[in-house]
Amino acid sequence: MNSLVRPCALRASRHLYPSAGTSPFSRSSLSRLLSTLAILEHRDGKIAGSSLSAIAAAIKLGGPVTGFVAGKGAKSGVATEVAKVEGVETVLAVENEAYDKGLPENYAPLLVENIKKGGFTHVVASHSAFGKNVLPRVAAMMDAQPVSDVTAIEGEDTFVRPIFAGNAVLTVQSTDPIKFFTVRGTAFQPGSSTGGSAQITDGVDPAAPSATTWVSEDLTTSERPDLSTAERVVSGGRGLKSKEEFDRIMTPLADALGAAIGASRAAVDEKMADNSLQVGQTGKNVAPQLYLCAGISGAIQHLAGMKDSKVIAAINKDPDAPIFQVADVGLVGDLFEKVPELTEKLKNAILTEL
Amino acid sequence: MANALRILVPVKRHPAGSDDGRKGDRLCSFAWTGGSLDGGYYYLWPLSQSGLKPRIGKTQTSVDITGMRQAMNPFDELSMEEAARLRRDDQSPMKVSQVLAVSAGGPKTVDVLRTALALGADRAMHVEVPDAKEGFYSGLEPLTVAKMLKGVVEKEKINLVFLGKQAIDGDHGQTGQMLAGLLGWSQATQASKVTVKDEAGTVEVTREVDGGVETLESKLPMVITTDLRLNTPKFATLPNLMKAKKKPIEKATLADFGLDESRRLNTVKVTEPPTRQGGSKVEDVDGLISKLKDLGAL
Repeated sequence: MNSLVRPCALRASRHLYPSAGTSPFSRSSLSRLLSTLAILEHRDGKIAGSSLSAIAAAIKLGGPVTGFVAGKGAKSGVATEVAKVEGVETVLAVENEAYDKGLPENYAPLLVENIKKGGFTHVVASHSAFGKNVLPRVAAMMDAQPVSDVTAIEGEDTFVRPIFAGNAVLTVQSTDPIKFFTVRGTAFQPGSSTGGSAQITDGVDPAAPSATTWVSEDLTTSERPDLSTAERVVSGGRGLKSKEEFDRIMTPLADALGAAIGASRAAVDEKMADNSLQVGQTGKNVAPQLYLCAGISGAIQHLAGMKDSKVIAAINKDPDAPIFQVADVGLVGDLFEKVPELTEKLKNAILTEL
Repeated sequence: MANALRILVPVKRHPAGSDDGRKGDRLCSFAWTGGSLDGGYYYLWPLSQSGLKPRIGKTQTSVDITGMRQAMNPFDELSMEEAARLRRDDQSPMKVSQVLAVSAGGPKTVDVLRTALALGADRAMHVEVPDAKEGFYSGLEPLTVAKMLKGVVEKEKINLVFLGKQAIDGDHGQTGQMLAGLLGWSQATQASKVTVKDEAGTVEVTREVDGGVETLESKLPMVITTDLRLNTPKFATLPNLMKAKKKPIEKATLADFGLDESRRLNTVKVTEPPTRQGGSKVEDVDGLISKLKDLGAL
């Protein structure tokens, strides 16, 4: 396997010294033992897809992996699901609806207490809105410098991450006793979510109050695959001109391919698509099997969010658009003609195959 | 003025591109603005890509920014504008008594602080940190910046901090959350709307989250990080730039806050990302479909 340290030896020594991590003894001779806490998100009793990547990254480190869930019904609900994920040894569950909304004011003290008690050497979360919000706060409270948006793990203290909108790749070595990091979901392939048999135990609950109250949310509901984890993404840009055209042109194409819909910053700014669909440096990172974009020029910030896609296809009327420099296949033409034609032909192709 | 807003806006300069053949911000790309051409603030960074890609230093341990022009981090412009917007808002139940801009870095940091002063800050603080190696990008770590800002907040009795959600060079996206954690304050990250609701300092913030937005309510003091949708930053006008020259910039050092430049993360190497080779162009939709089939994408 890809483990970076010897998991067998580590596990064996953990069994020899079960209190490793909390006893003063562990601080000296066993301080190099790895033990990773993966902070997991869930909604409606289901583990978030991006959190499976956090588990995958935790497994890659090589030490035992503990999953962490908190919220109402966490122990009887999502914890049982996490327990089945291959590679997770323990699930720490905290039952308290105060954590349902993931407010960092109370979630961070909760994590601090559990990290201290568990003696974890590594703490990982997905680089999602929740992970980005909570993990740096926790790290600061424990006087550590976290590493954001990790795309590769090169050793127990060495991490790779993109900087300058993905135009440079930085490898850093953390000297902190506890390594905090968030991972890019598309860089760590989740393993099997069945076959595991982790033990579920109660985490500690400091019940720190939150000065912030959650008022409301407005989430775009969609039957489509989640943008960050979709196998196929179709994405539209400024060239679509209006929300009506965006919906009229892109939605049937997405339907034909079973794809998620993304958008460039220009399309989002002109209200053609919801903010949450933005792909790019300051939006979502995607790396699907197929990224098919129309009316997107390929600005550097947009490329930052999609250039790890396996196959990139572009339709654009400007033959000199930068997108063609990265696209595996490009079609120069008017998207208002080409995309509907493509949609029809894809539908027919699927019908003939049936 | 117990019920006034004392706002801190940390600003950061970042390498924004080369000066070669360029005539200044306004001629350049508007990819970072709200899409409007009037009153927006324009950056060199996005469109003229050739001169803008950071060059990797020969030793592969740093990013060479020699000759690159420096500009204010775009998210920090949003923070400045939001502070200015709160001041302009006559309906706001709390008045803004002070906007302090702070930045850490070498001598050129003064330029970005002048811009901040022209955009609405009353005064500025320059934490002098020598440029580690002239022409090379390094920068303080977010943990150090957060500790420094905590010192500023406490010294200046700040009750609201607006930070950008991330700096577009380091792309960490951590400082605001770390500052809130160190202070034990409320935090609202990736804000797209901020409303001060009453004299007691109740603040409602709408944040951009995965899949949509959520709205939170909290009480001052708090830390807010700004997202692109929060506002459209104004262009610093010439009269304001002139006035900014008269505004005070206080000097400080990291040692004043009991800090130094030591790092927790050692740079092992900086490399070029794998370059993607563009493929071929096809003539028509049928060609597109068959190529995608060949590539195994369909």
